[in-house]
Amino acid sequence: MTSENDSARAVQVDDLSVDLGGRLVLRGIDLRIRQGEVVAVLGTNGSGKSTLIKTVVGLLPAARGEVRLFGTPVPRFREWRRVGYVPQRITAAGGVPATVYEVVSSGLLSKRRMFAPLGAAGKQAIEDALEVVDMADRRKDAVAELSGGQQQRVLIARALVSDPELLILDEPTAGVDLASQQIFADAVRERVTRGTTVVMVSHDLGPMDALIDRSVVMRRGRVVYDGPPHASQTHAHVHHSHTDDDPGWLTS
Amino acid sequence: MTMFQLEFMQRALIAGLLTGLSAPAIGTYLVQRRLSLMGDGIGHIAITGVALGLLTGSAPVLTAIIVSIAGATAIELVRARGKATGDVALALLFYGGIAGGVLLIGLAGQGAATLNTYLFGSLTTVSQSDLYVVVGLAVAVLVVAIGLGPQLFAVCQDEEFARTTGLRVQLLNLVIAVMAAVTVTVAMRTVGLLLVSALMVVPVATAQQVTRSFRSTFITACVIGVLACLAGIVTSYNANVAPGATIVVLALAGFVVAATVGTLLRRRAGRARPLADEEPEVGVPAPEPHVVSAGHPHAHNPACGHKKVEHGDHVDYVHDGHLHAAHGDHWDEH
Repeated sequence: MTSENDSARAVQVDDLSVDLGGRLVLRGIDLRIRQGEVVAVLGTNGSGKSTLIKTVVGLLPAARGEVRLFGTPVPRFREWRRVGYVPQRITAAGGVPATVYEVVSSGLLSKRRMFAPLGAAGKQAIEDALEVVDMADRRKDAVAELSGGQQQRVLIARALVSDPELLILDEPTAGVDLASQQIFADAVRERVTRGTTVVMVSHDLGPMDALIDRSVVMRRGRVVYDGPPHASQTHAHVHHSHTDDDPGWLTS
Repeated sequence: MTMFQLEFMQRALIAGLLTGLSAPAIGTYLVQRRLSLMGDGIGHIAITGVALGLLTGSAPVLTAIIVSIAGATAIELVRARGKATGDVALALLFYGGIAGGVLLIGLAGQGAATLNTYLFGSLTTVSQSDLYVVVGLAVAVLVVAIGLGPQLFAVCQDEEFARTTGLRVQLLNLVIAVMAAVTVTVAMRTVGLLLVSALMVVPVATAQQVTRSFRSTFITACVIGVLACLAGIVTSYNANVAPGATIVVLALAGFVVAATVGTLLRRRAGRARPLADEEPEVGVPAPEPHVVSAGHPHAHNPACGHKKVEHGDHVDYVHDGHLHAAHGDHWDEH
């Protein structure tokens, strides 16, 4: 494990602290995610899990420490085509109507050159991504007219369309109906079998539970557990102390 | 001699055509970012630019474009740095722009009449050299708005996601701001600075009453913009009224029509196709078709003495305060 070189790591977080409006939201996080791992970041609201994800994809600056994606520090990282990000908030609709197809096609921008039209390969990739989330028949519908679960499916298609090696999902199942959650889990499972690294933040994994091979539990900006998934962690309850069965579990 | 043979009308129509195309083109992106009033803010700043031109004796179009690009950049930077929200940043520039303009015009010693031609447009005074500037700027705006369409769409749709695709979001936001500033200057002679924003927003608002995609909204808005501009110019010539105001009133009339038609269409579509039942009903038991009266040993008949009640196509019998109806070999509670 220690001889492993940096590029074999999809995500490497070293001593990361993040400051939001003067408040330290993350404190000294260390995290290494190897390629092909499926990691769930769990924790209650305000534990810092979404902040961690946003810092990993470069949306928030690090106050101390650094994040590396595929061995490159995030501020200098340029190969964004290797990363697919599904944001937490449902931001599928803007001030002007846009179709499912149009929103998904914006996921290809990491591969497209400016002033260049969309090629046949790109069009095929969009069709495939729509198929995976079972939205192919809705491609011409305005995203604003879809249900929350369907909008979230459009957002995952947008992340999958560029065929990323690292898929980062922020609360993919929050407020999503069971049918959509299942489609989500199937789409992610399909990626996992192809070796995609998946990092997902959630406080309720639902059907995704079975996919996880490692879980990271956060609490008050720190990692308090990092290891194999634990049955009691996959639900959003407040963790009580497990004095007899798992003594090293809460270390904060 | 028809009006189309008049040289100043030809220039006016060309300027109108280009304004009608470029204002909704950039307006679509502004509306999508929910910055519909940005055009207004820049228009107010451009007043200072025009006044500066009149004061220094240089071409007002040139000074207007410089000052409005500076102002648009300032709005964008204030917004991006999070120093103030988008609408507060706009408000600050609104006031600064109009106050600065009035102040400078006073210093230049030019009356309200000169300023008016910029505030409300003055198509008939568009000179040959003005026209070249307008054509050049409008073409530049259209090339950027169409050529960078996918990138600008992504930035306006979801800025955070756009950043994770490696797009230079800050730069593209500036491109939008600068394009808006250029468009304001282009439209300054046609509809005037105070009504520029209407031509950026109203055609887009009209288009989206009937469209579902970004692309079709963009194209429809441009068509509406061109139609409103050309029709407005022709009408204003014939009726001898201000062209800028005519164009905007026509565009608004178009909006009212489209909103009405759109509502009717949606209502009809809604009636024809009820909301799709997208979720399979999991774990919900099928509704019980009927409640069977438990262990009812007694068979009602017309002569059994229980009170009869006509119930649609059958007869119910009143039994201990509730109704029984025959169903095959048993009795249902009704």
